[in-house]
Amino acid sequence: MGLEFKLDLPSGTNLKAGEEKEQLFDLAIVGGGPAGLTAAMYALRKQLYVVLISPDLGGQVLLTRGVENYMGYQYITGPELARKFSAQVRQFTLKLAQGESVTRFSQDGKGLFQLVTSTDRFITARSVILATGKRSRPLNVPGEQEYLGRGVSLCAVCDGPFFKELPVVIVGGGNSAISAALDMLDLGSPVTVVNVADGWQADSVLMDQLRDRVTLLDAHKVTEIHGDKEKVSGVKITPRDGGAERTLDVRGVLIEIGLLPNTEALAGFVALNARQEVLTDCFSRTSRPGVFAAGDCTSVPEKQIIIAAGDGAKAALAAHRFLKHIPD
Amino acid sequence: MALLDTAIQKQAQTALKENPEPVTLHVFTQAMECQYCRESHQLAEELAALAPDKVKVEVHDFVSDKAAVEKFKIDKIPALAVVGKEDYGVRFYGVPAGYEFTSLLSGIKLVSQGKADISKAALSKLGAITKPLQLKVFVTLTCPYCPAAVHLAHQLAVASPLITAEMIEASEFPHLAVKEQVMGVPKTIVGGFGAFEGALPEPAFVDKVVSLVTGGAV
Repeated sequence: MGLEFKLDLPSGTNLKAGEEKEQLFDLAIVGGGPAGLTAAMYALRKQLYVVLISPDLGGQVLLTRGVENYMGYQYITGPELARKFSAQVRQFTLKLAQGESVTRFSQDGKGLFQLVTSTDRFITARSVILATGKRSRPLNVPGEQEYLGRGVSLCAVCDGPFFKELPVVIVGGGNSAISAALDMLDLGSPVTVVNVADGWQADSVLMDQLRDRVTLLDAHKVTEIHGDKEKVSGVKITPRDGGAERTLDVRGVLIEIGLLPNTEALAGFVALNARQEVLTDCFSRTSRPGVFAAGDCTSVPEKQIIIAAGDGAKAALAAHRFLKHIPD
Repeated sequence: MALLDTAIQKQAQTALKENPEPVTLHVFTQAMECQYCRESHQLAEELAALAPDKVKVEVHDFVSDKAAVEKFKIDKIPALAVVGKEDYGVRFYGVPAGYEFTSLLSGIKLVSQGKADISKAALSKLGAITKPLQLKVFVTLTCPYCPAAVHLAHQLAVASPLITAEMIEASEFPHLAVKEQVMGVPKTIVGGFGAFEGALPEPAFVDKVVSLVTGGAV
């Protein structure tokens, strides 16, 4: 195994304990994926006083095997692209609360926004950009919760090594699922890919790398994950058109069926749609003046890195106009 | 050939030079080096070369240097004990490469400053720990969520003289991963009290540790 080394330390501008007290930020950006980091870069170029609060710098890009559709790079790994994003932001003076998330949002009588973080910081800002991203969506079938961490994984890139050379099923039909299948092939695992939707959504270039190397089952439902109480031994699947149920004997079930928005803490603060995404208009405005949103947590269609990044830029420019009272 | 490329060297050097006090990386290896023993040793030496006034390296033979093995309570190799003015019980078992390189640099910083960056509420809850407690965080090198869990465990080790915390790279210690039923990471084993998975935020991580130890609500 060739060793790689990845370094993502909070920079010297990471907020020290209590440093946020008595400070009023122009803009608080919540989330450090492509949308949040691009928003930060644009806002910093406008010389706004910015704090960025995020569990990590990179977001879902950190979990992406390879990126072939971000302009300027014919191929780049997800972590490397995330590192480049973060390096570009860190050339400016940015206050970071890395390793933290926001647990509570409110607005005071003066119109200032108050954000409480997971380490009980109390951050005050004149405007906010929500860029909280999404996380893996569970299947919600019997056995999934019981065997989570015992054969069921919602992070293929994290847990794949535990299933080296063991039979696995990848559930999903998009780029993440196909990338996970390619990773597992590299680890010598027999792979079955079960698409729970009708028709593969992954890019053709990825699908072409898989064909004839794995079993592809389109348009199936996963009805149950079972095991011996200690670990997974199989999954039951049924064709969506009503055919007979069958069992796949596998040791790993890697679920890549899409994403859920990280918007639980936002309920009641800004309007969400039925999918629990933050509703935005074409100026990235949410239902609450002074609060903008960008990227995968929003109602903007198509969850792509390049779209999230562009959306982040738009939200930062909109926040700047709001702060400077510039008409749209 | 160097393990760290020029860009990472530069980043690491900047980070290490900001550390207030020197730390010593005690490297445990053996004459016939184990898998990744050589790399772990080399990594420690490369860090020391980047900031000689901030990082020292002492190499111990796991088989023959029984005094050091006992002193630092090392039970497998490759192992790194990160020690500053005090030994807070910050350990790395397996090579801290991939995303765990961030954990190593964070751990060195933590030991160097000799003070945990956790909330007063978390510190107060740790008062419920009244007996020695060992936290083991199983990771894989490809897991971007794992450094957060490792760092929090190390924070607790620095915060409490009763807690020690170790990163364990699961693929280098597959027998331990099987024993602890690790099939997803990060997985934190809390002494003999239980385990939990996921990179929880600080309050939830501390609550989980304390509730497992005390057997009740926090």
